[in-house]
Amino acid sequence: MTRLGPPLAVLLLGLPVLIGLLGTILPAFGILPALGGVTPSLAPLEQLLAMPGVWRSAALSFWIGLASGAGSLFVVMLFVAGWSGTHTFKRLQRTIAPLLSVPHAAAAFGFAFLIAPSGFLARLLSPELTGWTAPPNVLIPNDSWGLSMIAGLMLKEIPFLLLITLAALPQVEAQRGRAVVAALGFGRTAGFLLALWPAIYRQIRLGIFAVLAFSSSVVDVAAILGPTLPPTLAPRLLQWITDPDLTLRFAAAAGALLQLGVTLGVLLVWIGLEQGGAFLRDRVATSGRRFRHDRAVRIVAAAGLAASAGAVFLGLLTLAIWSIAGLWTFPDLLPQSLTLRGWESVLPRLSNPLLTTLIVAASATLLAVALAVLCLANEDRRGRPAGRAALWMIYLPLIIPQPAFLFGLQLAFVSVDLQATLAALVFVHLVFVLPYVFLSLSDPWRSLDRRYEQVARGLGRSRRRAFWTVRMPLLLRALLTAAAIGFAVSVGQYLPTVLIGAGRLTTVTTEAVALASGGNRRVIGVWTFVQMILPFVGFLVATLVPALVFRRFRAVRV
Amino acid sequence: MELKLDQVAIALDGHTLVSLTEVVVPGSVLTVMGPSGSGKSTLLAYVGGFLDPSFQAAGRVWINGRDVTDLPAEERRAGILFQDPLLFPHMTVEGNLLFGLAPHVRGRDARRHAVDVALDQFELGGLGNRDPATLSGGQKARVALARVLLSAPHALLLDEPFSKLDAPLRRAMRDLVFAEARARNLPVLLVTHDQADADAAGGTLLRIGA
Amino acid sequence: MFKALALAAALFGATAGAATAADPDPRNWDGVVAEARGQKVFFNAWGGAENINAYLQWAAGELKRRFDIELVHVKLEDTATAVATVLAEKTAGRTEGGSVDLVWINGENFAAMKDADLLLGNAWAEQLPNFALADTENKPTIRTDFTVPVEGQESPWGMAKLVFFHDSARTAAGSLPTSSAALLDWARSHPGRFTYPQPPDFIGSSFLKQVLIERVEDPAVLSKPADPATFNEVTAPLWSFLDELNPLLWRGGQAFAQNYPAMKQLLADNEVDIIFAFNPSEAQSAIAAGELPDTVRSFTFPEGTLGNTHFVAIPFNAAAKAGSMVTANFLLSPEAQARKQDPTYWGDPTVLALDKLTPEDRARFEAIDLGPATLKPDELGPALDEPHPSWMDAVEAEWTRRYGAGN
Repeated sequence: MTRLGPPLAVLLLGLPVLIGLLGTILPAFGILPALGGVTPSLAPLEQLLAMPGVWRSAALSFWIGLASGAGSLFVVMLFVAGWSGTHTFKRLQRTIAPLLSVPHAAAAFGFAFLIAPSGFLARLLSPELTGWTAPPNVLIPNDSWGLSMIAGLMLKEIPFLLLITLAALPQVEAQRGRAVVAALGFGRTAGFLLALWPAIYRQIRLGIFAVLAFSSSVVDVAAILGPTLPPTLAPRLLQWITDPDLTLRFAAAAGALLQLGVTLGVLLVWIGLEQGGAFLRDRVATSGRRFRHDRAVRIVAAAGLAASAGAVFLGLLTLAIWSIAGLWTFPDLLPQSLTLRGWESVLPRLSNPLLTTLIVAASATLLAVALAVLCLANEDRRGRPAGRAALWMIYLPLIIPQPAFLFGLQLAFVSVDLQATLAALVFVHLVFVLPYVFLSLSDPWRSLDRRYEQVARGLGRSRRRAFWTVRMPLLLRALLTAAAIGFAVSVGQYLPTVLIGAGRLTTVTTEAVALASGGNRRVIGVWTFVQMILPFVGFLVATLVPALVFRRFRAVRV
Repeated sequence: MELKLDQVAIALDGHTLVSLTEVVVPGSVLTVMGPSGSGKSTLLAYVGGFLDPSFQAAGRVWINGRDVTDLPAEERRAGILFQDPLLFPHMTVEGNLLFGLAPHVRGRDARRHAVDVALDQFELGGLGNRDPATLSGGQKARVALARVLLSAPHALLLDEPFSKLDAPLRRAMRDLVFAEARARNLPVLLVTHDQADADAAGGTLLRIGA
Repeated sequence: MFKALALAAALFGATAGAATAADPDPRNWDGVVAEARGQKVFFNAWGGAENINAYLQWAAGELKRRFDIELVHVKLEDTATAVATVLAEKTAGRTEGGSVDLVWINGENFAAMKDADLLLGNAWAEQLPNFALADTENKPTIRTDFTVPVEGQESPWGMAKLVFFHDSARTAAGSLPTSSAALLDWARSHPGRFTYPQPPDFIGSSFLKQVLIERVEDPAVLSKPADPATFNEVTAPLWSFLDELNPLLWRGGQAFAQNYPAMKQLLADNEVDIIFAFNPSEAQSAIAAGELPDTVRSFTFPEGTLGNTHFVAIPFNAAAKAGSMVTANFLLSPEAQARKQDPTYWGDPTVLALDKLTPEDRARFEAIDLGPATLKPDELGPALDEPHPSWMDAVEAEWTRRYGAGN
């Protein structure tokens, strides 16, 4: 049974990516028989390059992907280096963890409502401090350099990178390592960066690649916070693929290849930066300098982290207020009146998208957990963990930019008449849910003392019994956490849902993002509130159930 | 009941770690000593039936006159004690013992009774309903021993079982384990790097590695 | 292999023919209603406005109750998506059981679908029982959609006319522009206080057309398809106007509102002073919804603004044609039209002729309070005809080339 795990997972992760890439590459070179394209040509490429501002869009995607990834890593790296092992660290870590469950779109909406010239921050300071009675005429968000989009992406990337870094910390024996470098006289931050960070970095490297790929090809955050004249590449691709002019599909396919190139470019430049960073690190490490005075750096790092968490929380609060706001004119800090009109208008239409969201997220999560368990159990059977190649495989759907293979995958689903079916939607969500579930489950799985099962076997219990009566209960919390993460990932999926659901299957996320380009703030407030509450409930369940089931057993309660 | 190792040889990447033929008669102890990494725990895993597939092993293992080499771990009736008590943290003390108690004791009442007797015998009376995490080190060790003995093993495998106990407790536990094994006529395979363990065990001493 | 393909194609063709033969005939209305029972109608309609979504939710409830039809609102950001879907299905040989049953449509999308033979023909719309009540005499756009003859391939649903809104608490009525030329002057003296939705947004493109109609030398050329040879010359006045206007806009023309609701929010936030919509009672609805202050009022250009009709159409391969016809007929009924015109619900002007209605039905309309923010029908000014749809495409493309790709 467990033998089926790895091949199934490889099939599930690799096949859609391969088919999707093929379905993108062929039309990009003019091959799409359904639209009369039968001979290879460079016409789609020419069509793409004739699009106004396409290079600027590509450059924006490149810059935003690189800058948000680098910025997030910078904050996380300095924070972990400067603070790990302290009380502040534990406190902030606890605050950050729930942020992982906030879908990108909700965080981006909240951030937009916060920083807009008419947003909550401006209202907080106006008119008393600023003298503004009308919002200042400055281009935020949607600024042409994508700075608000970069900041919005960082809000979500920082918690993600922080959590994978935390997972890597025990493996490098950070506690003892820190003592050693301190004994050698190094400042906390520098000592950590020089001695411990390289090993951590190796562990989280693929995660960083995933972040870079995501932020250079994201659609929903770009639609909410990104530049509009022109937008980044990915949202333009989505525009073309849904254009009534079907010939634009060729341009979209060629554009998807350009997107692939942009993302690969970001990764290549990143690898170059890694080399530069390593060179610099070695120079500094051997120079004999100890960098004992790092107070300022530490404070800046903690402030950066706290600000990012604060922005998300304050943004979500703003959303929540908007969802019940009556007339709320600038510069009033609070609405003149409260009304449930937004909720009343959304509630009757909430049930279908909500149901789809729940069904798809629950099915994809369940399947992903089952598959991850099969793969990990198979590791146990074979007696060695999956190798580097398997790890790359798991990260594949996260590193190949979504438009590059989802366009082709959509074509494939259309051609077998499966588009807009629940099964297809679950399948495509599974492709993105499985990696996160696997990554989240594998550490606790591998670190569970295998002798527990050996004892059970020695007591005469079969492998299967030992698995169900010992390993599964002991991993209950890890399983539920992995499931909660998978659930949150599924709820947050935008592009796959839009393309495969084809507007006929909508989720709370597609409903919310559909309002991105300037829907009613009250209604956006309602949708995003629902969107963020779902994953939150998932994490609540993952915390409460083990606490309840094992309330009598100290060692497994939390 | 006896434990027979017939030309057992274990290798890793073509390099032989252990190679031996021994018979452990009922109630006696075969002590295997060696530095860490010498393969002594690997030998135990081979006898117990959960050798990591990355090792290559040959030779037959007989327990109580039965060739168990090709049997899965759960059918070998080889009880094992590790250096950690490894009580299942999601079960009460009683739950742990009931989990271990051999299947031939049937019926709710009979099984509870057997566990109660064991609790008293190992000076654990009144602790049945406790969370294992709340027990003292000595209590945990005794629960682990009671659990393995309740499973009615035909041989006992000890993987440095006393090394984490403090000195007085270690002596008491050692005496208790060996006394129980002798009383039940169990052959014991002990791997350790503590000479005192070997001395207390009597029986054959085998040094491997280095 | 090739034989198999040919066979499959032949089979497809055969079933497609059969489907066409079995299209419901609205002249036998009872038959259509009977066939519609139990059908599920996927209505592809722009989903960006909550009051419209809520209206459709109400319609769905009524259709379920009266006709046992399940109306599913497929919310689109852009009607073009539905056009693309149907076109893709036709290309893929899916000539029946299509995924779009009914689509909210007009103008360029209608022209595109009609051109590509993607719509149910046989003038079904003119045979709907309620079509007899439509005001075809005084509202010529019911039969001519953006200069394209409708020919019963879409059923009228509502009327649209470009009107402007301002907040009377901030902007005095006397200072408001009365033409696009005056608007430019106004923008000069109020920099940063006006914007228009970024084309190809429908409202934004409509603004461009309004300016084009006002400034073009010979408006007659706009009723014919755009000719690439003369396009630049004809539209030059529009671009010189925008070259001047754009830097005077909100955010200096570095960004545009993305659609009408965004523009409405900007008025509420005191970021702009003048906005415009295609629905005369939109401001009143927004006041009722607490989205705009109750001091907002409407105005229009005395020389006229764009006016048109919007419709619902049935794709040629719709799976639930009978259900779609019953839905279209229901949307055209006096009851549904009156509710639609009420700004409490939506405020979209009716396509019906009040003098063709029964006294009871007429009373429904007369009972509607349009509110102080809505212009009376006789205050709306003349309606300017929409240009041929090809102008919209060409103007949008040129706008994007000039202003849509950054500087």
